[in-house]
Amino acid sequence: MILDGKCPTGPIQQTWDKHCFDLKLVNPANKRKYNIIVVGTGLAGGAAAASLGELGYNVQAFCYQDSPRRAHSIAAQGGINAAKNYPNDGDSIYRLFYDTIKGGDFRAREADVWRLAQVSNNIIDQCVAQGVPFARDYAGYLDNRSFGGAQVSRTFYARGQTGQQLLLGAYTALSRQIKLGTVKMYDRREMLDLVVVDGVARGITVRNLITGELESYAADAVCLATGGYVNVFYLSTNAMGCSVTANWKAHKKGAYFANPCYTQIHPTCIPQAGDYQSKLTLMSESLRNDGRCWVPKKKEDCGKHPNEVPEEDRDYYLERKYPSFGNLAPRDIASRAAKEQCDDGRGVGPGGRGVYLDFSTSIKRVGADTIKERYGNLFEMYEKITDEDGYKRPMRMYPAPHYSMGGLWVDYNLMSNIPGLFVLGEANFSVHGANRLGASALMQGLADGYFVIPNTIGGYLATVKPGAVNAEHPEFKKCEEDAKRSVETFLSINGKRTTSDFMRELGGLMWENCGMARTKESLETNLKKIPALREEFWKNVKVSGSGNELNQQLENAGRTADFLEFAELMCRDALHRNESCGGHFRTEYQDAGEAQRDDANFCYVGAWEFKGVDKQPELHKEPLKFENVHLAVRSYK
Amino acid sequence: MSDHKTMTLTLIVWRQKNANDPGKFETYTAKGITEHHSFLEMLDVVNEDLILAGKDPIVFDHDCREGICGMCSQVVNGMAHGGQDRTTVCQLHMRKFKDGDTIYIEPWRARAFPIIRDLIVDRAALDTIVQAGAYVSCHTGGVPDGNAILIPKPVADESMDAAECIGCGACVAGCPNGAAMLFTGSKVSQFAVLPQGKPEAAARVKALEKAMTDCGFGNCTNHYECQAACPKGINVKFIARMNREFLKAQFS
Repeated sequence: MILDGKCPTGPIQQTWDKHCFDLKLVNPANKRKYNIIVVGTGLAGGAAAASLGELGYNVQAFCYQDSPRRAHSIAAQGGINAAKNYPNDGDSIYRLFYDTIKGGDFRAREADVWRLAQVSNNIIDQCVAQGVPFARDYAGYLDNRSFGGAQVSRTFYARGQTGQQLLLGAYTALSRQIKLGTVKMYDRREMLDLVVVDGVARGITVRNLITGELESYAADAVCLATGGYVNVFYLSTNAMGCSVTANWKAHKKGAYFANPCYTQIHPTCIPQAGDYQSKLTLMSESLRNDGRCWVPKKKEDCGKHPNEVPEEDRDYYLERKYPSFGNLAPRDIASRAAKEQCDDGRGVGPGGRGVYLDFSTSIKRVGADTIKERYGNLFEMYEKITDEDGYKRPMRMYPAPHYSMGGLWVDYNLMSNIPGLFVLGEANFSVHGANRLGASALMQGLADGYFVIPNTIGGYLATVKPGAVNAEHPEFKKCEEDAKRSVETFLSINGKRTTSDFMRELGGLMWENCGMARTKESLETNLKKIPALREEFWKNVKVSGSGNELNQQLENAGRTADFLEFAELMCRDALHRNESCGGHFRTEYQDAGEAQRDDANFCYVGAWEFKGVDKQPELHKEPLKFENVHLAVRSYK
Repeated sequence: MSDHKTMTLTLIVWRQKNANDPGKFETYTAKGITEHHSFLEMLDVVNEDLILAGKDPIVFDHDCREGICGMCSQVVNGMAHGGQDRTTVCQLHMRKFKDGDTIYIEPWRARAFPIIRDLIVDRAALDTIVQAGAYVSCHTGGVPDGNAILIPKPVADESMDAAECIGCGACVAGCPNGAAMLFTGSKVSQFAVLPQGKPEAAARVKALEKAMTDCGFGNCTNHYECQAACPKGINVKFIARMNREFLKAQFS
């Protein structure tokens, strides 16, 4: 089937404004008759719940953490992009749009990206009004820094914790609505199913993580803002609780999963230190404003103290390969370049899986105090984890899974193919194409939550009768029973391996065979090994305790079971896409190390329809048209 | 990669089945721990053994494991987050301990934070304080340009110093009175110094003070334990600012 993204037509500059005008409205007195469920309270979900509550809808918001303030958006360090052009360096909405389309390797929809660039400026204004303490200069004006994949300074930041400050902005807006009674907050709840009645999304099933009770909630629309899936690699920069579960359950109920093979491997993370490790820690891309990436030119220098490797024996590989962007090359390119150096035997640190990020040139130029002012908290974090002083010796870095560009398929209104199911933020596939540029995730989350969904959801709700289905409907009972059955199954297996043991093995397979580089052979290997691992999981997993209490193993078992199914889809998608683009690098398709796209055959969104756990899913395509940006080879040289 | 020397440690851990259970300490041994394990990864190792032995693992709150989400909350050897300067327990590494050490692990203990299970406590009271008014009451949309509100760097920095709070509750756990003055003071101050926050400053400080008291938090008696425990190093000067704002509010 050919999918239609329902993008508005006409001059791109007018598409969003025209679309907003064309959308049907729900009048203020009628809004309170509609119930909306928002799952996830990060930037997208938190901003959506707050804004929808403020408009007058009845909102029920859910998160698995103990407070909506803890969603993983909080961990974003570097910044948020906007096309303000405050520095007068040639930025514009068009340039942000262009950079994002090009950065995504021409695999995103033009209209969605235009809208993102257009509302980016409103986001900054909104956050300032909320009291987000962005960095300022002495005269009081907002400060900017540079990020990868752009030649202008358009990134706004709040020290090294922009994500936390923006999330606190959304969380306080949400808190205000909770106090006013327009939003009812349910924390420590994990979504275990999407309830679909007669083809329309009508509610969710959740597990109360404290009591173990299964609960049903009905609504006129369901918004998933449930984040990404890179914990499929087990080790990633995501929080431990991030999972594909909500998205996967929706997928199993009919929502198409788009471009699952597009995953972002972030170039600057602290290398893995041992097998026991539970997560990887990102060091902000902003460090590449002042840090220079290098490895020794000679293999025999790799074991030396880095300060003993003379300048002429250092290979500043990003500056060498990409002179016009240098150390600020986009993430996919910087990650692959790091891997290339390590594969060539010139990596540093344990196992040779590391490159240096060196601040000595910048410290000489601007002084250690300025570097400390800019990145002090990151240097501290590095020292806590590695016991090394980044001011005195170069940091060691290695790429790690960080973000998923793929996600549930949505149309221009952010509605999935299931009427009434909306998907926001990282959970959808819409704007980043095959690679996301730095400081764009925060922008997308807040754009979707503050400015897109409050408009587009009205267009849907105006066409449906409020309260048509309530939680007494038999379908809710059935979903609760399904969830209960899987809890009972986990507890009854009583095998010999823990859930983390399975996740570690799955993550290893994904990193090895579907990670930074993929081949037909490696993907076919995974398509044999993953089903076998899944079969073993259902025979040999060990979950102790009971279902009627707080049971973290049970939570992990559910998430692992879903990852074991999802991983297969991700490999299938990677195998079908016979080209390299952005974060999807198929070794067979390259031109001297650079990704080789195949626009003739693959210039489309690949959206998969679930057909059963051990069955081949069906691929639907949404062709991508480029009318405003010329399809070209993406070059940063 | 595992060529490090390993440590064996004795853990004395608070176990409590639920809010009504009296709870008690249990002793466990952690084996094969390297200096590179984080404190929570050390507990993961112990838990894997417990699970395979068919016993209930130690439950604890955690999520980002990079010191920013504020979810982790353990008192280690009597100190909230373990006593390393400006470090959450998830960022505490085992190189701070020696082979053969005995480590006591407890949950946050405060009247306003009831224990849910083992090391997990209920910190909803902190959300209640925020809901009482720790915000600028602006609507989505219809706000002025970001540069229309000028905020000189020292003021923005002062606000940011307060805004760095991750809401973990270590200040409460560290305080002999179970006070949330550092948490609340940081919220009051973040907004009170900014032009956007000034119109509601008086109403805000009164509402937050009331919510804090109603939730069962104690009062400040200048022990400064909160600042010592705070993983973000929030300064007690923000408590002083809250007191000043509160006093000013009485006359407004």
